[in-house]
Amino acid sequence: MGDILVRNVSKTFEGGALHSKVVAVDNVSCEIAQGEFLCIIGPSGCGKTTLLHMLAGFTGPSSGEVVSDGKVVTQPGPERIVMFQEYGLFPWMTVAENIEFGLEAKGLPREERRSLVAHYVNLVGLTGFENRYPRHISGGMKQRVSIARALAPDPQAILMDEPFAALDSLTRDVMQEEILSIWGATKKTFVLITHNIDEAIFLGDRVLVMTHRPGRIKEMLKIELPRPRDASIRSSDRQFLQYREHLANSLRKEVRSFVDEESNAGHRG
Amino acid sequence: MRGIVVRRAYSALVALARGIEQWSLVILMIVLWELGVRFAWIDGNLFPPPSKIFQALIDLAKLGLLWKDIVASVWRVVIGFLIATVCAVSLATLLARWRRLARYVMPIIEIIRPISVIAWIPIAILWFGLGDKPAWFIIFLGSFFPIFTNTYLGIRSVEPIHVQAAQCFGAGRLLFVRKVLLPSALPYILAGMRVGLGVGWMCVIAAELIAATSGLGYMIQTARVLIETEKVLAGMITIGVIGLAMNHLMLLLERKLTPWSHHAV
Repeated sequence: MGDILVRNVSKTFEGGALHSKVVAVDNVSCEIAQGEFLCIIGPSGCGKTTLLHMLAGFTGPSSGEVVSDGKVVTQPGPERIVMFQEYGLFPWMTVAENIEFGLEAKGLPREERRSLVAHYVNLVGLTGFENRYPRHISGGMKQRVSIARALAPDPQAILMDEPFAALDSLTRDVMQEEILSIWGATKKTFVLITHNIDEAIFLGDRVLVMTHRPGRIKEMLKIELPRPRDASIRSSDRQFLQYREHLANSLRKEVRSFVDEESNAGHRG
Repeated sequence: MRGIVVRRAYSALVALARGIEQWSLVILMIVLWELGVRFAWIDGNLFPPPSKIFQALIDLAKLGLLWKDIVASVWRVVIGFLIATVCAVSLATLLARWRRLARYVMPIIEIIRPISVIAWIPIAILWFGLGDKPAWFIIFLGSFFPIFTNTYLGIRSVEPIHVQAAQCFGAGRLLFVRKVLLPSALPYILAGMRVGLGVGWMCVIAAELIAATSGLGYMIQTARVLIETEKVLAGMITIGVIGLAMNHLMLLLERKLTPWSHHAV
């Protein structure tokens, strides 16, 4: 139970110029098991975010369907919480209030909300910062608030859209390790979009590689690195390096096609 | 302890010196004006010297008349402004979220907006007679539009990502409006209210010139009839000072109510 099924999902956008149609996602099918950590990787503009938004229910597929926990997804809901690229925290709420929001939406009584907030503040190591506003904390801390806010309502799945893109590389490494330990502790389904190969291998049970426009599944790579994974495997583990080599080759062609299209567009413009 | 007291006294002194420096041009102009009248460079009947205006202010204050007029004017503004705030914020929120309704209502608002409040005074007198009511109505009209326009813009400018986040958590409509939509628009609403209060303060004087029997506007109008020029100017200066105070009060309120958009925790 709690699996997410993606069945022959396509998404077409009506383009502006000459009423052209842009196929963002083309006939994607996959199964995401309850408790799995799936990473989706692909070049910019390959429809990763569109796919994630369809998993969340923000936008419906043009054809095909997304089924979550046995029900067709038609709208967003608290079973599948999205962590947005720039965190999407409410700047007018303090750290604690941000985390409390999802609990309030769930209709939990105040006492229960308070104790859950305290629990998740502690889990992500933000004790002492409860009453700060997001603009007064660092990027890494905002990321932690975003994680705590997503976890608090106890969803089945957490969908992350390039969560570490705005972080410096040192903070990024630390946050990857923290996400991994939180995932291990909560046993929720994590779907994470990235364009960072190391990140995808380090975190994922499987890595879904997408092609550049239209976004199709190029391959689904199973990552058979033992867990719990230590931070050091990123630089020393032989198998890790083989996965990296493989994915780099797989992606190079897609990125090439993306760059060509960009430069063509540049010449035309 | 003594060190702190000395440092506080010192910084207060510095602040005072800064204040005097900022107002030095104003002070210079007042001095020149006074001298100009004394040496008969300027006509003292048309431009009563600052000393005479100040004397008029003191006399009015001593008789208790000034205070009564200030209270009358400020009270009118408070009422008209509060009604305008409630109406403008709710209507703007409704229209910004319900575009189909906005399509029909916006033309009405856009045609009323350019009508100067002065042009409303005759009809206000016909509808409401003289006194508080026409003044409330005029102030309401003046304050309404800045607040409405800003709130509308504020609600329209809510970040899509915040709307999505709220949807994602399954927030109900009430929670969404209370905790996401309104706080997100609050800086806009407060800016609109500050402008609206300023316009309301201008409106009350205009209304009192014609449609009232008390207040600062009525006071300067009466003084004009009696050719007490120094009283007219004393009234005008009072109007300016109170307007300034209101603006500062609103700025203070903005800082208090939107702590997230300012520095320092």
